[in-house]
Amino acid sequence: MRRAVDPSFLALPLEPLAHAALTRAGELGARDASFRILRTRTGRLRLRDGVVEAASDSVDIGLGVRLVYDGTWGYAAAAELTTEAAAGAARQAVEVAIACRPLRRAPVTLAEEATCPRTSWVSPYDIDPFDVPETERAALLAGWSHRLLNSSAVEHVLALFTAVRENRFYADAAGAAVIQQRVRVHPMVTAFGRAVGGEPASLRTAGPPTGRGWEYLGGAGWDFDAELAELPEQLAAKSRARPVRPGSYDLVIDASNLWLTIHETVGHATELDRALGHEASYAGTTFVTPDGPGTLRFGAPLMNVTADRTTEHGLATIGVDDEGVAAQSWELVRDGVLIGLQTDRRTAALAGASRSTGCSFAESAEYPPLARMPNVCLRPAAGGPDVAGLISGVEDGIYLAGANSWSIDPRREHFQFTAQRCHRIRSGRLDGQLSGVAYQGETTGFWGGLAALGGPATYGLFGADLCGKGQPVQVAAASHGCPAAVFSGVRVERVGGERRS
Amino acid sequence: MRTAPAMRAAPATRTALDEQRAPAARSPQELALTALRLAADCDDCVAIAEDSSTVHVRWAADSLTTNGAARSRRFTVVCVRGPSAGVASHSGALDDSSLEDLVARAKQAARGDCAEPAESLITGSAAEDWALPPAESDAGVLARFAAKAGAAIERAGSPRSSLSGYAEQQVSTTYLASSSGLLLRHEQPRGLLDLVATRAGASAWRGVGTACVADLDVGSLRAQLDQQLGWTSRRAELWPGKYEVLLAPAAVADLMLQLYQAAGAGEAAGGQGPFSRSGGGALLGQRLSPAALTLRSDPAEPGLECAPVLLTRASTDRTSVLDNGLPLRPTSWITDGVLTALVQTRRTARLTGQHPSAEIANLVLEGGGDAALAELIARTERALLVTSVWYLRDVDPQRLLVTGLTRDGGYLVEHGEVVARLPDFRFNESPVELLGRVSEVGRSEPTLPREWGEHVTRVAMPALRVRDFDVSAVSR
Repeated sequence: MRRAVDPSFLALPLEPLAHAALTRAGELGARDASFRILRTRTGRLRLRDGVVEAASDSVDIGLGVRLVYDGTWGYAAAAELTTEAAAGAARQAVEVAIACRPLRRAPVTLAEEATCPRTSWVSPYDIDPFDVPETERAALLAGWSHRLLNSSAVEHVLALFTAVRENRFYADAAGAAVIQQRVRVHPMVTAFGRAVGGEPASLRTAGPPTGRGWEYLGGAGWDFDAELAELPEQLAAKSRARPVRPGSYDLVIDASNLWLTIHETVGHATELDRALGHEASYAGTTFVTPDGPGTLRFGAPLMNVTADRTTEHGLATIGVDDEGVAAQSWELVRDGVLIGLQTDRRTAALAGASRSTGCSFAESAEYPPLARMPNVCLRPAAGGPDVAGLISGVEDGIYLAGANSWSIDPRREHFQFTAQRCHRIRSGRLDGQLSGVAYQGETTGFWGGLAALGGPATYGLFGADLCGKGQPVQVAAASHGCPAAVFSGVRVERVGGERRS
Repeated sequence: MRTAPAMRAAPATRTALDEQRAPAARSPQELALTALRLAADCDDCVAIAEDSSTVHVRWAADSLTTNGAARSRRFTVVCVRGPSAGVASHSGALDDSSLEDLVARAKQAARGDCAEPAESLITGSAAEDWALPPAESDAGVLARFAAKAGAAIERAGSPRSSLSGYAEQQVSTTYLASSSGLLLRHEQPRGLLDLVATRAGASAWRGVGTACVADLDVGSLRAQLDQQLGWTSRRAELWPGKYEVLLAPAAVADLMLQLYQAAGAGEAAGGQGPFSRSGGGALLGQRLSPAALTLRSDPAEPGLECAPVLLTRASTDRTSVLDNGLPLRPTSWITDGVLTALVQTRRTARLTGQHPSAEIANLVLEGGGDAALAELIARTERALLVTSVWYLRDVDPQRLLVTGLTRDGGYLVEHGEVVARLPDFRFNESPVELLGRVSEVGRSEPTLPREWGEHVTRVAMPALRVRDFDVSAVSR
């Protein structure tokens, strides 16, 4: 399955440019200098009712130099891939550090890291999506669209497809030189229903973005065929959904919805840079404190959460991060107690950790690396029930599937999520769909109400490919694996439904 | 992991390096004109070159966290074949080979299976400034700003507050060339600063859009934040329910930008979104507010100047790459409380029988009021004051019902004074329906939205008094 690095990236003067930049940085008296070349190709397709509405193919490439001068960060990026530009970026990074010196209080220190070996790493996939002709990609999405439009329940279909191939080169003054390539794809189809005798409704496929190639659309890792077959009937039922009555419910949350709750309440809450206040002006902080590991009860004893950059097909999976730290796997929550955080080399040093967890990442060479979320996953119950089994244990509740709207406060405490489908549960059985369901909670209280976990059969690897953080805002992707789970006594609000005219 | 064979291929990379050293970088204008030539076998072609230089610095809890300087180049080619337009773009330096590849990819993306005929391109000629080089940013702006910000941190008042913030300065020059004769150039400076001051569990935020961040008086802005932190030390409880609220201009900006994003004519005509009429068509002509509110955009708005023609690198629900170069005229989206225009492409305008009214990169809300926020507070019997909102997300696109939270400054106002600090609270509100409950409008002033601030820095908004604002949940 594993493929080779794109020869056109290997043909770039990677090492000579790194040598020019790192040598110049050393001559200027900088330390901890690192050099990156990033190239990202992104293809997008949008079809409305089976007709191509927009098609684009973009490439982003550049180089960047990060260094520490007089104890102060400096970062500079250039578009040209020449030795002059590389050395110039090193000089400019020093100038940036000097300019920003008045804002620095303590000198920057980085956690120690053994020199990264000269390696390469390629994510596993079968078919590079950019090897598939545009016509073929569009034809497949058009076929999916027409299949849905053939149903009387469907009035319009919006089909989107994104493919990304990312090449990264990292080198540093300690001698590291790493070439990496990752591929990911994300097809998404939304069907809009005919509002005959009901509310206008739409329903989106739950197939997540994934670190796979074009083979994903053919069924490797997700059964789109089955999902498209079920979608019209589910959409028709959604248009007939009854408004939810606000109150406290037991929720059975499918993995296709729970992953986003994990992303927002666990993933972002356990980023050490947030705990240190570094995101105070934009993305926000967290209720977790740097000394929280070992003492903070995050949830019920059933709760075990891991972080990694190693999960096969994970969106955050990679060989080496943007500071030369090899991918790792570690625990965040064990038996409901917080035991770990996510770090890069700077935040690891600030926390007194012996080593970074390898979470440094930049969207492109234009931006300096930030501490970004790895894959964060909730462990299923070995031998646990399937979704029907979880539902059968709930007397009066709601089953939610598919992620929709999400919003959480800047301390990652108080949230509200909605779902693609919400089904009433009465006496252990589904009893029609509900509209306007929004579940709200406080993070540790919500996870403290974790009453049951599904087994491996309910487990899915979902994820986000447009997670924003930092200033300038950078986008990153991370996967979240989880089982379906039952949460007790969750507050449900009714949102939406009525129209003003 | 395994060892990379290519890491041993030094001779080949030296050759590539030598080749790249030789020619001087081609100008954006040369690249654009070359792209048109390479696409001569297409029905039409548009080339857009954008050259930007940016410096930024960020600090938290009084200490530097990140910074950077970047020179970026983005080149976009739109190839039209029959009814279809294909778009390819490249960020980074372009050589001749990469440019040929880029045009080829745009041609490939133009598939020709669209149901509707493509709109013909906007016609025109060369602008006088076409030949001018890209604008350069002031290299000293970062040092001048950091010196001011560092001094502002040192001059913390007593009791001491902690300051976090982000400053960015950018200048972008965009060149647009088309096979229909357009040769246009637009230069756009942009600066922004946001500051958060925290003290004893309280926080306050202030954002500013500006032409140059180095010209801002950071010390004065910090003093304003410290003053806000000193409004009250009392904390009040809050419960879900309906309240009268005073929305500060920055909060209004985020909500109105949410509305502007949902104001696509194509979506409305298709029966989707808050501006679609039950039974078909758009709500044009419908009264949205009893207040004489006008929401408008004007490329020549003083202090908020933006591109006078449409410049777009991708087609969306609201914009079309085929409309590039379309002159943008002052447009009133809502006039005296009545919906008067939606964001149109030429195609949706033709289909809906309206005039084209393309997206403009600024937004002004006015309602005839002349009072500053402080004056609205002074004549308030009891209301919640919201200074900034955060994490706005759609929960019902058909109504444009969004959920969101207050952040860094929610207060209780009683008898004309701020009497207590409130916990952050969640609301579920529709920016469209909210206009129907506006009971007082303040003076419009330039502001920076909190949620949209990195994307849209050119807005002017008034403070609004709104009744029956839906507080859905309260953080404890």
